[in-house]
Amino acid sequence: MLLFIEQCLNGLQFGLLLFLLAAGLTLVFGIMDLVNLAHGSLYMLGAYFAATFAAWTDSFVLGALLALAATLVVGMALEVVALRRLYGRDHLDHVLGTFGLILFFNELVRLVWGPAGLSLSLPMWLISPVEILPGLFYPTYRIAIILTALLVALFLYILVMRTRLGMLVRAGASNREMTGALGVNINLLYTLVFGLGAALAGLAGLMQAPILTVQIGMGENILILAFVVIIIGGIGSIRGAFIAAILVGLIDTIGRAFLPDLLRLVLSSRGASTVAPAMSSMMIYLLMAIVLVLRPEGLFPVSSK
Amino acid sequence: MADPLLEIEALTKRFGGVIASDSISLCVPKGELHAIIGPNGAGKTTLIGQLAGEIAPDAGRIRFEGRDVTALSVDRRSQLGLARSFQITSLFLDFTALDNVALAVQAHAGHSFRFWRNARREAELRTPARAALARVGLAAREDVIVSNLSHGEHRQLEIAMALATTPRMLLLDEPMAGMGPDESARMVKTLRELKRGLTILLIEHDMEAVFALADRITVLVYGRIIASGPPEAIRANAEVRQAYLGEQEDRHG
Amino acid sequence: MTAALTPRNVVIAVLMLLLAAVPVYAAVTANTFLVTLFTRVLILGMAATSLNLILGYGGMVSFGHAVYLGIGGYAVGILAQEGASSGFLQWPVAILVSALFALLVGALSLRTRGVYFIMITLAFAQLVYYFGVGLDRYGADDGLTIRQRSQFAGLLNLSDRAQFYYLCLVLLVVSIYLIGRLVNSRFGMVIQGARSNDRRMRAIGFPTFRYRLTAFVIAGAICGLAGALLANHTGFISPATMHWTRSGDLIVMVVLGGMGSAFGPLIGAVALLSLEEALPVLIRVVASPLFGDAALRMAEYWQIVLGPLFLLVVLFARGGIDGLLAGARRG
Repeated sequence: MLLFIEQCLNGLQFGLLLFLLAAGLTLVFGIMDLVNLAHGSLYMLGAYFAATFAAWTDSFVLGALLALAATLVVGMALEVVALRRLYGRDHLDHVLGTFGLILFFNELVRLVWGPAGLSLSLPMWLISPVEILPGLFYPTYRIAIILTALLVALFLYILVMRTRLGMLVRAGASNREMTGALGVNINLLYTLVFGLGAALAGLAGLMQAPILTVQIGMGENILILAFVVIIIGGIGSIRGAFIAAILVGLIDTIGRAFLPDLLRLVLSSRGASTVAPAMSSMMIYLLMAIVLVLRPEGLFPVSSK
Repeated sequence: MADPLLEIEALTKRFGGVIASDSISLCVPKGELHAIIGPNGAGKTTLIGQLAGEIAPDAGRIRFEGRDVTALSVDRRSQLGLARSFQITSLFLDFTALDNVALAVQAHAGHSFRFWRNARREAELRTPARAALARVGLAAREDVIVSNLSHGEHRQLEIAMALATTPRMLLLDEPMAGMGPDESARMVKTLRELKRGLTILLIEHDMEAVFALADRITVLVYGRIIASGPPEAIRANAEVRQAYLGEQEDRHG
Repeated sequence: MTAALTPRNVVIAVLMLLLAAVPVYAAVTANTFLVTLFTRVLILGMAATSLNLILGYGGMVSFGHAVYLGIGGYAVGILAQEGASSGFLQWPVAILVSALFALLVGALSLRTRGVYFIMITLAFAQLVYYFGVGLDRYGADDGLTIRQRSQFAGLLNLSDRAQFYYLCLVLLVVSIYLIGRLVNSRFGMVIQGARSNDRRMRAIGFPTFRYRLTAFVIAGAICGLAGALLANHTGFISPATMHWTRSGDLIVMVVLGGMGSAFGPLIGAVALLSLEEALPVLIRVVASPLFGDAALRMAEYWQIVLGPLFLLVVLFARGGIDGLLAGARRG
C-alpha cells in the first residue's frame, strides 16, 4: 500500500513536470498561434545550463536560478531572431521551421557539451528523505518539485484567470488587433510570452535533471508526451492541460511500476522485462486514442477557434 | 401557402449567455426571394450557419422540400439542393476561376473515386462550369488564378459556384459586402436574373438592393424576428424604422 | 502529352538519365558504394513521393509516415524469420498491413485538423515505435537481421546490386507516374480542394473525409512497399526506422524538393542525401585554411547547418528546389 502511495506521488510529480512543459506550449499557441516543436530543445537547454552552472557555482539552487535566467534569455533571443518571422503563417510552416531548429539545437549542444550526457548532483539537504507518512520516506527533492510546480501552476492560474493577457489565452485568440487593443507593444509582449514559455520548459528540464537525465535529444520524447497532454486536455486550455498532465503522469508512472509484475503472471521473466517498458510507453498513446474516439476535441476544449 | 420550399420552426441557438437565435420561425415558398435584414449582431450569420448545417441548433427544426434536414451534414444538404455562399469569400485561392466552379460541378456529378482521367479535360465538368461563369459575367476571367481576382469578382465567383451545384435554393450571405456602387448594381442585375427558377434567401445590409429585389423581408433583431412581410409593409413599420432602418438612413444620409 | 523544354524539365530529365546510369558507371569504376548510396536515395525518394500525395497535394502533415517504412520492413523481416522468404508473399503483406494501419490511424486522426492532426500523427508514430521496441521475439530494440533477401522464384535476383537498383528505379518511376495521374484526376481534385479550403469543399457537397482517408491509405501502402525494399537493401530492420524524427526527414525531403510537384520529393531525397555527403566535405574545405586541423572536427557537426538551412527554405523558398527551378522559367 505504501508502495502504491509512493508511486502516486511520483506520478503526481511527473505529471506536474509535464504540465509545466504543456503549459508553455499552450501559452505560446494560445497567444501567438505558434506551434513550437523546439520547445523540447529549451527543456534540454534548461537541464544542460543547470548542470553546468551548478558545477561552476558549486550550488544547486544558484545553478538552477542561473539556468532559468539563461533559458529565458535564449528563448527570447530565439523569438526575436528566428521565430517571429513565422507568425501568421501556416501551422505547417511552424512545424517545419521549428523541426529544423530541433536539429540545430541537438547539434549545438553536441558541439558545446559533447556527445556524452551530463549529470547533476543534489546537495545533501535535498537528498535526505522525509517521513511524510508513518513508514513512508519520500525524497525531499521530489517534494520540492511538487511544491515548486504547484506554485507555478497557481501563478499561471492567476495569470490566465485574472489578467487581460489571460483573457486572450482563454478566448483562444491569436488576433493581433485584439492584442493591440490591450494597449501594449505587441512585439515586446510576444517576446515576453515566448520567454515565459521558454522559462517554463527550462524549469521542467532542470528540475528533472537530477532524477532522470541530461542528454542530447531528451527534449523530443517528452515533447510528444506534452503534445499528448494537450490533445487529451484540449488545445488552448491550461486547465485541461493541468488535469490531463496529472492523469498522464499517474497512469504512466503507476503503469511502469506495476505492469512488469502483471505481465510476469502471463509471460516469461525475460519476455516481461522487454515487453513491459514498451507496453508502459504505449499506454499513454492508447489513452490518447481512446479519448480521441470518445471526445475528439479533448476533455476541456476551448470552444471558439 | 402551398408547401413551402424551406420551413424553419422555432430555431433556437445559444452561445454561452448570448442568445443568437430566439425561436425563429419562417416559411419561404418556392420561387420567392426572401431577404433577411437586421443590425449587426442580430444573428443573421448564425441563422445561415444553422440552415447550411455548420452550426447545430439547440432547438427547432429545419425542413427543406418537406424533408427534415436538421441533423444532416453540410455536404448532404448541398447534395439535396441547398446551396450557400459565404459572407467572407471562401474560395480555392490557388486555383483558376474555372477550376473553382468545375469543382462545384464535380461535387454533383456522381462520386469522385476516379483516379485516372485528367479532370481538367472532362467536358462533363468544364462545360457547365463555363456556363455558370458566364451567368455571373466572369467568362472572360476563367483562367485567372483566384487570388488575382478583384474583391467584386470573388463575390461573383461565390455565386457562380453556388449555382454550379444546380441548387433549388440559394442561401446568400451578404453577397454585396464591400462592393462599390457599380459592382453592387451589377450584382443586383445578376441576382434579379437568378430569381427566375431559383428560391433565394438573401442576407444583406444594402437596403437599396434589398428593396429592389425582395418579394418579402424579415427583420431580425437580437436573434428575434420583429417583423416579416412585403417590402412596403416593412418600410412603413415603425418598430423596424426605429430599430434598424433609422440608423441606415442616417448612415446613407 | 508534350513537355515544354523548360529549365525545370531539363533538370529532371538529366537527373533521371544520371540515375539510370549509376550502375553502369559504378561497374566501370568498380565503385559499389555508389550503387548502395543511390539505391537508398531511390527507396527514400519513393517514400517521400508517397508522403507528397498527402502532404504536398493534400495538406495533411503526417509526422508518422516513417511508420510504414517500418511496417513494410518488419513484414519482410518477420516472415523471413518464420521461414516465409518468398517476395510474392512478403511484399503484398507489407502493402496490405501498411494500408490497414493507415486506415486505422487515418480514421482516428483525419477527424481533426491542423495542429491537432500533426500532434496526433506524431503520437501514433511513437505508439508504433514503442510497439516495435517491445517485439521481443523479433529483436526488440536491437532490431532484426534479415539473412535472405525476398525470393522471387528465379524471376529476379535481389542480391544482384544492379538488378535491385533497377527494380527500385522502376518502382519509383511507376509511383511518381501513378501519383501524378492521381492528383489530376477527379479524386486528386478533391484532395487538392480539401487542402485549399476544406470548409468550401463540404459546402459544395463533397464528403471530404472519405477521400482524404483513401489518399492516406494509398500513401501508406506505397510507403509500405518502400519499406519492404528498404529492408531488403539494408538486410536489417529496427524500430529506429519508425522514429518520428525519421518521418521528419521524409518531410524535409518533400519540402526541400518541392511540395505538390511530381518530382519534387525525389529531388529532395537526392538533395538531402547529397548534403549529408557533401556538407562535411564542404565545411572541411572551407574551414581548413582558417582553422587548420580544427576544421576536421567542425565538419563532424555539419548537421548544425542543416537546421537553419531548412528554416531558411521554409521562410523564403517555400516551393523548394522545384519551385526555384520553375521560377527560373519566368525569371
